[in-house]
Amino acid sequence: MIAETGHYALILALGVAIVQMVLPIIGTRFNDPRLAAVSVPAAQLQFILIGIAFAALTVAYVTSDFSVLNVWQNSHSAKPMIYKISGVWGNHEGSMVLWVLILALFGAAVATFGSNLPRRLRANVLAVQGSIAVAFLLFIVMTSNPFLRVDPAPFDGNGLNPVLQDPALAIHPPFLYVGYVGFSMAFSFAVAALIDGRIDAAWARWVRPWTLAAWMFLTLGIALGSWWAYYELGWGGFWFWDPVENASFMPWLAGTALLHSALVMEKRDALKVWTILLAIITFSLSLMGAFLVRSGVLTSVHAFAVDPARGVFILGIMAVFIGGSFALFAWRAPLLSQGGLFAPISREGALVFNNLLLTVSCAAVFVGTLYPLALEAVTGEKISVGAPFFNLTFVPLVIPLLLAVPFGPLLAWKRGDLLAVAQRLTVAAVVSLFAIIVALAMYQSGPWLAPLGIGLGFWLIVGAATEIATRSKLFQASWQESWRRMQNLPRASYGTALAHAGVGVMVLGLVATTAWRSERIEALAPGGTVDIAGYTLTFKGVKEGQGPNYKELVGVFDVTRGGQPVTTLIPSKRSYAVENSATTEAGIYNAWGGDLYVVLGDPLKDGAHTVRVYFNPLVRLIWLGPLLMFIGGGVSLTDRRLRVGAPKRAKQKSEPVMAPGK
Amino acid sequence: MTRKQRRGVLIGTCLVVLGVAVGLVLYAMRDSIVFFYSPSDIAKMEVAPGQRIRLGGLVETGSVKRDEGTTVYFSVTDGAKVLPVTYTGVLPDLFREGQGVVTEGALMPDGTFKADNVLAKHDENYMPPEVAAKLKETGVWRDGKLTGEVTTQ
Repeated sequence: MIAETGHYALILALGVAIVQMVLPIIGTRFNDPRLAAVSVPAAQLQFILIGIAFAALTVAYVTSDFSVLNVWQNSHSAKPMIYKISGVWGNHEGSMVLWVLILALFGAAVATFGSNLPRRLRANVLAVQGSIAVAFLLFIVMTSNPFLRVDPAPFDGNGLNPVLQDPALAIHPPFLYVGYVGFSMAFSFAVAALIDGRIDAAWARWVRPWTLAAWMFLTLGIALGSWWAYYELGWGGFWFWDPVENASFMPWLAGTALLHSALVMEKRDALKVWTILLAIITFSLSLMGAFLVRSGVLTSVHAFAVDPARGVFILGIMAVFIGGSFALFAWRAPLLSQGGLFAPISREGALVFNNLLLTVSCAAVFVGTLYPLALEAVTGEKISVGAPFFNLTFVPLVIPLLLAVPFGPLLAWKRGDLLAVAQRLTVAAVVSLFAIIVALAMYQSGPWLAPLGIGLGFWLIVGAATEIATRSKLFQASWQESWRRMQNLPRASYGTALAHAGVGVMVLGLVATTAWRSERIEALAPGGTVDIAGYTLTFKGVKEGQGPNYKELVGVFDVTRGGQPVTTLIPSKRSYAVENSATTEAGIYNAWGGDLYVVLGDPLKDGAHTVRVYFNPLVRLIWLGPLLMFIGGGVSLTDRRLRVGAPKRAKQKSEPVMAPGK
Repeated sequence: MTRKQRRGVLIGTCLVVLGVAVGLVLYAMRDSIVFFYSPSDIAKMEVAPGQRIRLGGLVETGSVKRDEGTTVYFSVTDGAKVLPVTYTGVLPDLFREGQGVVTEGALMPDGTFKADNVLAKHDENYMPPEVAAKLKETGVWRDGKLTGEVTTQ
């Protein structure tokens, strides 16, 4: 009964979405405010209906109702509760329901909190949002219905892939989807502007908070996935340039560019057409990600079970939305008023540089991700494009961008003074030079570029701090004066500084781990030892354990440093009987300066085991950085100028402090 | 700076960045791409020893052996040809005899394959598409199932 309710709610939601797509457009076309106003309750109702469907599916999972095909295929009664719930989106059908739920959530949020939007714009935005919902609800109802029944109901389920039974991965998809789907908001605003043929600086102010929110969650979602891969896959790696990782990374790159170009549009009324185009590209890349993951063209843990009909359907959705929006763009964009050109050395010039490098590096990732697919389709040859390709293309393109980051916020709008900014960044330059020398002295081994990378990390962090210091006249005015200025700085400045510093923190982690990781692979009998990075690990043997739905073989390792006991690590190999599968749980000790990481390998003769040990210096910074970016985004979002409710009042207040570098 | 000059700077920068990007991509395409072969492909084609390739197929049943240390010996087959592989390290969880596998490494002058990476599978029933496609050619894999000629499990 509950499953049928969910199914019914989905179909009703499809009907409401069709109304939401059609009526507001007619309303704005023929100037009928009543028809246009239908968009608001329609968007809210659609969210409620999809919420009911999602709740119904969740109930089926929580109560282990195996008469529902989807639950039977992906759940098991012995699974811990958290994984019964995360099982809802751990499969293709359920994750699509989550996808449309988030889509509807964004639509309902614009309907509810967007009362200060111009009526026409809001109606058009919600209509476009409704059309996306129609496409994906049709997709669910026609090819991926999660509410199908099995008769007779099986006694127990097939279980969830054990590598997915993990806390970080339980929340990874929702975060990622809020990001992916959140970019639909920017897309809807862009298409609405094209439909109306009008766009102004206010448009950018309305789009930015939605884009920023989506970007924050995508950032954290990607970082969570990377963290999971690090501790769960047992390779000690954190990013594999796997096509599916790239599929989430490309919208992130484009979305980051969009955040920055919208800033130029809001402040300087320029880059309008480009910003619209970026909004379309960003969401198109999100759609492409959905296609890559769900069509079965890729080899990956993320690739859901293959059904050609689904791939074709999503390809159709992509063709309609990407083709349609680009056609609309080509037709309507020339109507939009262009902003003026501006000086190369200025804040907006720096932001254009940022956009240029972000989009070009995104294009490089795009080529590396799709080239193997294209080549196979054309010639039948199978190739793989891995880390070496991206290290050669993406990394050199991003380095100049990172070098330029500290300059951006310090340059004034309109006409910046590069020399003055360079003088302000002297401290940052000195600190990073010092860091390079220290890194050179500490590590004689490793690639020669690595110390420069450490310098780059410090350059970004201190550069971000410089912005705050400059604006508050730290060390120039009295302490009280600086403190007062710091309190009056807009929160967006702190958000920017935090996010930029987060990039620096991440760079430090990436460089240190990649360049100076140490690795040992040994065949260890009980009592055997391994020395790594000053630690000594003693293998004490293995013991057997029993989890809620798995059995495990646990290796016990005593860790000492200079003869002093440090900790005991217990890496394990788990075997899941229901799923007939196995996972590796690494033993990780988070020391100051890095992670000690032990993986228990296959059993050898006489109780010995293959053991793999890593020391990953500063590896935690790789995920601390994105966390800082997330927090920075959140701080920015609380800035009253970005708050959708109060753009005008706040604008006056913050104007005086908006002139940095003077 | 005149309007014309500003436009010049903008277009110039774009062209330089794009040019560098295209150059990097073309260069990387030549040097850092790894081809995927089955044992039959390798028998047919001239693959130079030392060139990085991916080798995919099934782990031949009964072929997995270990030495005293951490090196593993196994054979990869596609039903027609068999290629011996050596690998030093920890095998992925779902590495099993009779199951699909993708390894990355290079051919040795003696004709064996030295893998430095054995790619993890994440799902028991999952067959890497590259492997499935190659196995279809030799008839070992049909309609999403092994035909049983290779596995005895």
